[in-house]
Amino acid sequence: MDETAREIQKKEAETPETGERTRATRVYSPQVDIVERKEEIVVIADMPGVDEKSLDITLEKNVLTIYGKVDVYIPKDHRLILSEYGIGDYQRVFTLSEEIDRNKIQATVKNGVLKLVMPIAESAKTRKIPIKAEGIGGVMNLNVRSV
Amino acid sequence: MLWSDRVFDTLRELEGMGRTLKRFDIPSTVEFPATNVWVSEDHAVVTTEIPGIDSSALEISVIRDSLTLRGLRQAEALKEGESYHRRERWSGQFTKTLEMPFAVESDKVEARFSKGVLYISLPRAEADKPRKISVKSE
Repeated sequence: MDETAREIQKKEAETPETGERTRATRVYSPQVDIVERKEEIVVIADMPGVDEKSLDITLEKNVLTIYGKVDVYIPKDHRLILSEYGIGDYQRVFTLSEEIDRNKIQATVKNGVLKLVMPIAESAKTRKIPIKAEGIGGVMNLNVRSV
Repeated sequence: MLWSDRVFDTLRELEGMGRTLKRFDIPSTVEFPATNVWVSEDHAVVTTEIPGIDSSALEISVIRDSLTLRGLRQAEALKEGESYHRRERWSGQFTKTLEMPFAVESDKVEARFSKGVLYISLPRAEADKPRKISVKSE
């Protein structure tokens, strides 16, 4: 990536899931990279402040939702003099194509980065797999491992 | 101090905290890594979001009142036949310098890196602290 373009932006999620939210907090949309490999699709999401305990990944039909809870940290008796980012939870929703083997999706979290490895089903390996970001909720839980 | 005074002080403090958070308009884009700075009379706390970096790849240096963060965030290495379908995460070498409102006791700076968030505690230098001069009556 271009060295000079170091500008980043923390965007609020456009469609925060209402059902799960029990606290008044902001919800941000994590920045993601999606890498297409021959055998799998890899989704990498920046979720600083999130670990395997505070992360929920749900898959309902072809909708994959990632939701990370973040504890807001405010130093006591200090005032804020520079504020470049807001603190809040993370949520992002992806629509998986039929070709992804839903039973073999693996998730790991390390240093605030979520990595989802989604293998392409044997029968579909020759076809191209599009993934697009969307905004709907999800239900089933997958296992999240820490590395 | 009266007990009720203390309660009101706490309430005022909480109110102030809420205002502090609301008052700041966060700029739409900032230079990586995004940083928040909190200060009190003799202490500063810097928090910054640097997900995906190992704490060993981070360099923190303090000279008087300036704090410099250096590091490298590596992109996922691609092999033959692999491609980015979407790429939003910034990667590369970064240097960021922040000015504190006072000189910092560099020996006493502490840093903690947890879940991709870096927390730095910067005490104000003893020599920089304002001194109280007592007035004697004659």
